[in-house]
Amino acid sequence: MELREIEILIDKYFDAETSIAEENQLKMYFSSHDVAPHLEQYRPMFGYFAHEKNQRFEKTIPLKTRKQYVTWLSVAASVVILFGVFTFIDRQPNDNDLGTFDDPEVALRETQKALNLLSQNVNKGASTIGYLEEYESSRKTIFKK
Amino acid sequence: MNQTEFVNIITPFKDRVFRLAKRLLVSNEEAEDATQEVLVRLWKNKAKLDNYSSVEALAMTITKNYCLDQLKSKRATELRIVHSNYSDREPGLQKQTEDRDTWQWAEKIMNTLPEQQRLILQMRDVEQYEFEEIAKIMEMNETAVRVALSRARKALRDELTKMHNYGIKRN
Repeated sequence: MELREIEILIDKYFDAETSIAEENQLKMYFSSHDVAPHLEQYRPMFGYFAHEKNQRFEKTIPLKTRKQYVTWLSVAASVVILFGVFTFIDRQPNDNDLGTFDDPEVALRETQKALNLLSQNVNKGASTIGYLEEYESSRKTIFKK
Repeated sequence: MNQTEFVNIITPFKDRVFRLAKRLLVSNEEAEDATQEVLVRLWKNKAKLDNYSSVEALAMTITKNYCLDQLKSKRATELRIVHSNYSDREPGLQKQTEDRDTWQWAEKIMNTLPEQQRLILQMRDVEQYEFEEIAKIMEMNETAVRVALSRARKALRDELTKMHNYGIKRN
């Protein structure tokens, strides 16, 4: 390329009026080995820009966002807890339902049976009170003297 | 959108995101962290990506804003990162070594430019975006982008010319 052209391009370049294609021409020119001596000072600039373009991002991209994992874990945990609570409640014996009888006579009989059982047991308890009287009498004999 | 589709979308420009982040944050590690952060943000918003005409432009805008925020908070804590990572594993000829040396100077000068100019210079001269795209990413108009770019290029040229003419000055 003509030296004159390059000089014109450089002037345009510093006024930020060059197109990408023209800038590439300049880059090409300055990357060659026969740069005119009076233009030598611009060489590092273009060399540096070309060199800079070679840098690469080497690190991995952390896309496996841990947050998503945590949300799913919490969903699973709450499901397990809910399930546990429900089964626990289900297992509790239901005390309110004592059963019922359809036939009044059977009901009467059963009630009487239950009451009899109760009174028998009360009497059994009352019969043991006799021992207490024994105790009382022996206490009297000891303390009166 | 599944993971493979997402990776296919971001693969063409993830290096650009990294380079833009590095242009502002300077250190490799910070730029890598920033890139990851930007990509994760895109991933989280993957449902909305279809609404954007260019995911790349969106990614670059997010990168720009994220890095500027990072710089702001860094400045608030008075922490400055000194960079020293220029890695190029090409076999070294003398010319290459020389080139690399001048590139390092170009980089140092570039890092002294205002953030906006650095971003625009990076996007135009390294990534070769059209002015229209840069204007969109920078949320500026095209004329303003051209003005800033022209200033940045001239500043870089003036500093490099000084070095070229007088040799390297150290303070």
